[in-house]
Amino acid sequence: MSELKLHDMGDIVLETRDLTKHYGGVHALEGANFILRKGEHVAIMGDNGAGKSTFVRQITAVEQRTRGEVIFDGHAVNFAGPLEAREAGIETVFQNLALADDLDVPSNLFLGREKVLFNLGPFSILDRKAMREATMRGLEKTGVKIPNILNTIRNMSGGQRQCVAIARTAAFHSKLTIMDEPTAALGVQETAQVENIIRTLKKQGEPLILISHNMRQVFDLMDRIVVFRRGRICANLNVAETNPEDVVAYITGAKTGAEYADVA
Amino acid sequence: MAHTTHGIGGLTYDPAKKARPPELNVFIALILIVVAFEAIGRLFLNDSFLFNTRDNVDAIFNWARLNIIILQVSIIGIIAVGVTQVIITGGIDLSSGSVVGATAMIAMSFAQTAVVNGNPNPKAIFGDWAMDLPVIVPVMVGLGCGLAAGLVNGVLIAYTRIPPFIATLGMMVFARGLSRWWSNGNPISFPTEGYAAIGKGMMPVFIFVLLAILFHLILNYTVYGKHTYAIGSNEDAARMSGIKVDRHKLLVYSIAGCLAAVAAIVLSSKNLTAQAGMGIMYELDAIAMAVIGGISLKGGRGSILGTVLGALIFGVIISGFTFVKLDAYYQEMVKGMIIVGAVVLDQWRQRRSTERT
Ligand SMILES: Nc1ncnc2c1ncn2[C@@H]1O[C@H](COP(=O)(O)OP(=O)(O)OP(=O)(O)O)[C@@H](O)[C@H]1O
Ligand SMILES: [Mg+2]
Repeated sequence: MSELKLHDMGDIVLETRDLTKHYGGVHALEGANFILRKGEHVAIMGDNGAGKSTFVRQITAVEQRTRGEVIFDGHAVNFAGPLEAREAGIETVFQNLALADDLDVPSNLFLGREKVLFNLGPFSILDRKAMREATMRGLEKTGVKIPNILNTIRNMSGGQRQCVAIARTAAFHSKLTIMDEPTAALGVQETAQVENIIRTLKKQGEPLILISHNMRQVFDLMDRIVVFRRGRICANLNVAETNPEDVVAYITGAKTGAEYADVA
Repeated sequence: MAHTTHGIGGLTYDPAKKARPPELNVFIALILIVVAFEAIGRLFLNDSFLFNTRDNVDAIFNWARLNIIILQVSIIGIIAVGVTQVIITGGIDLSSGSVVGATAMIAMSFAQTAVVNGNPNPKAIFGDWAMDLPVIVPVMVGLGCGLAAGLVNGVLIAYTRIPPFIATLGMMVFARGLSRWWSNGNPISFPTEGYAAIGKGMMPVFIFVLLAILFHLILNYTVYGKHTYAIGSNEDAARMSGIKVDRHKLLVYSIAGCLAAVAAIVLSSKNLTAQAGMGIMYELDAIAMAVIGGISLKGGRGSILGTVLGALIFGVIISGFTFVKLDAYYQEMVKGMIIVGAVVLDQWRQRRSTERT
């Protein structure tokens, strides 16, 4: 983990400038300026509909932004789609699990970037053995209990499915991991597993953006909290220098960060 | 870390533990249906469904009956191979039967022979230039027609986002009109020997089996197959995973169109003629074969193997009803009931599987 040179520009993994998304008249995201440094784990909090998922969708190019810049790994990027974002090294667990129910675990892990034996365009031959083995290796990291990885996702519990989605991000060497409410549907044990994955990423120095409504989780695991309200960032807090009551105040709008005074 | 059978965190890869393939149930159903007809034959008709009961022929099986089943099944089965892929993506193709008709008409017009029994071909569509062409010409023309129909379906569905049901219904009506307009309703006959050889004897079966094996392999062992299932299973997930969903659908509908064209070529070659009205309703038979074979109309589930078994069940039931001397009207009615019954079964399966999650 690297906590060095916090203000060195070379340390910035992801930066957004004036990132904005309008859905017709709905200003879901407005002028978001955000910075994530190497090895940093940042929580994004905010009420339902605050624009958190929208923010993620702009970074990962699931949607095309209305305005603004995304700078990733030192370059201004304009991903054409989510695959490009993934190829650039951004792994995402989306809030609405992006899993195919009728496929098994390896197929889901490698969906859209299958390992192939021979390249024949769309008819490329799959390397099923390699994908299976990489799945085993990737899932070992997560400690997820899955009875048989060759069963379809459909037959798995909500927690297991969630864990597969998370394992997908953990299985690939990514430069940035984004998780949108990864533990929202999980039981106590599964939540603990996911939190362990997050700790592992922290140890490995891999940066993470975590969207969560769980105050305990955020204070246990994260370095920094960025609060969204009505599509705008309204606070940027160091976990060590704040407390849950304060964060709630920012979320509800009772309080606004000094540098974001124009939001209120 | 020690390597246990449970892996770390209880992970396993155990091929033996894989759930029972749904095709097995379909296969068992096939056996049961055959046995049922055999039993009815022995008990009530003093005849055998499967075996040869005539003394003057020394064969064990009743090959005549089996051949009819297999031939009937093969041509529509070729269409069903394409329809299966379309349904796995969560779509539907109602145009395939009518595309067969139109394609047969057009391909046949390039496969005619100039002289029939010493006289000029009475059914000639074009002038001399289109007579006695090498067989590759009508085959390519036919495949081109199927591909064009598939491409149009694909573009309408993937890019203009028209629901597959509507887009392919439009194509169905269009293709019917086209085949009637093409020769003003006249049949097109007298193909060259080369063209007639395509569907001769057991060739349709051979072509069907070959295509079924090819697409079975493609669906199970290639990226194309993986993406076909992924799109049917969860289109949004496929899109978010970076699969080019629209392009893939275009490919799937194009392949289905080409397979309909193959069926058209085989059928017109076997019949030595093509006429408006050919192939109509084949799409429903093909869909029925796929549904009997365990495909889910919601997409994501199904297989070529299942469809082949479904096709056999379909053929056995139809010829079984001839065997027990139900006439053609009953057969139509029974066919209708099979299709609806299979869809009801599918929905029941779906409800059961969603209740579990
Ligand atoms: N595709 C869309 N079209 C129109 N409006 C949208 C669309 N997607 C999101 N919105 C709106 O944008 C706003 C922000 O939504 P977003 O999903 O980003 O919220 P969120 O902060 O992730 O909330 P939650 O905590 O409930 O997940 C909401 O008002 C939502 O209704
Ligand atoms: Mg959200």
